[in-house]
Amino acid sequence: MYGNAYVENTGNQNSLTAGEDPVKLAEFEARIAAGEKIEPQDWMPKEYRRQLIRMIEQHAHSEIIGALPEGTWITRAPGFRRKLALMAKVQDEVGHAQLLYSACETLGKSREDMINDLINGKSKYSNIFNYPAETWADSAVIAWLVDAGAIINQLTNSKGSYGPYCRALDRICAEESFHLKYGHDNVVFLATGTPKQRQMVQEAMNRWWTPLMHFFGPSDKISQHTETLMKWKVKMASNDDMRQQFLDMYVPKIWDLGLTVPDANLKKNEETGKWEYTEPDWEEFKRVINGDGPCNKERLAVRRMAEEKGRWVRNTILKKDAHYVAPLA
Amino acid sequence: MIIKSLDPRITRAGLDDESKDGIQQPMDQWFTYEVFQQKKRGTHHVHVGSLHAPDSELAILFAKEQYARRGQCVNLWVVKTADVFATEYEDEDIFATTPEKKYREPEVYKVMDRIQAYKAKQNS
Ligand SMILES: [Fe+2]
Ligand SMILES: [Fe+2]
Repeated sequence: MYGNAYVENTGNQNSLTAGEDPVKLAEFEARIAAGEKIEPQDWMPKEYRRQLIRMIEQHAHSEIIGALPEGTWITRAPGFRRKLALMAKVQDEVGHAQLLYSACETLGKSREDMINDLINGKSKYSNIFNYPAETWADSAVIAWLVDAGAIINQLTNSKGSYGPYCRALDRICAEESFHLKYGHDNVVFLATGTPKQRQMVQEAMNRWWTPLMHFFGPSDKISQHTETLMKWKVKMASNDDMRQQFLDMYVPKIWDLGLTVPDANLKKNEETGKWEYTEPDWEEFKRVINGDGPCNKERLAVRRMAEEKGRWVRNTILKKDAHYVAPLA
Repeated sequence: MIIKSLDPRITRAGLDDESKDGIQQPMDQWFTYEVFQQKKRGTHHVHVGSLHAPDSELAILFAKEQYARRGQCVNLWVVKTADVFATEYEDEDIFATTPEKKYREPEVYKVMDRIQAYKAKQNS
């Protein structure tokens, strides 16, 4: 669930469009069907706005929290070149959060409200960042494979219907190619290195496999609700489809390095063209997302510290006549 | 409980995992600015996004970090979002080129037929 895996299934079948003006709704849906983008000033169904706010906000939080596991290794990156590259990648991730917060603000939620909901625990972020980067090799696996998953998700969503989100994603995707290559380079370096380096990267792979399988979220329930979100181009692909795409693109590359994945049942069914795998533990996923993961408390505590320690700076340079307006586009 | 992290900087900060610090106040994120970037001399400045800053000078600094970290940029503009006066998408039809305004389009001017006819008449 980078941004869109958590579709709520609440209320009755028609709840997404309940109370909407049928003429405006038809115009809105026709515009999307014709491949046009929706802009902030356009009329939109209340549920379209609400679902997008939840999804973009969750994505923004994922970027800003996602900088933390990798950031763990900035002070001890092996060598100056890797340290510079890691700092640049982490800066990019925080920049992605900035772009996404702006996109979300155009829908009417202020940045303060989003940050408060993050540090209060009301809003979620990608579950994968609640796991620790135990060694340098973990940061390499994150930069390669978590970013690979993020790219699949972001490329898919960039074809969605909401203009500001699509534009932010276009900018983000352009930067992700560096992250992917940087991560792959680090994994290849370890995998082609000494036995100890190979062992390090294999152990990191073992640790990250379950979180990676969780990354795209559980199989979607086929419901009227999901269908409406797909018609509105809020949700662009099923979680399973994105997971299949990830396996198809990256498992061969992992095996190619002589590394293994801790799932003996993982194989491609040549007849169906689909990957078969052991269902990851979805109870663990739910438990971690609801706060009981190895790093949830630390992640939020670090975020709170950043807000708290930065306050005097923000206040010192705040102008008396300052007032808030939402970004334009 | 004080957090013990794999990141030595976080352990050193001595963070309490029960703390409720950090709640944002209204205007903690300052003004909103729109950012325009010129990639090359001779091209137009193009809108690339928005940001928050307490004044224009800091907005330029943040714009450089946010929108000009990579690739080409020779010039940046920042404009307070509140100062942008824009049309409404609802009024999109004000831009429609109506058929009776075809005289604005170059392709409606077809002189060759007339020239050919004139030449044919001269030669006959
Ligand atoms: Fe990112
Ligand atoms: Fe990334």
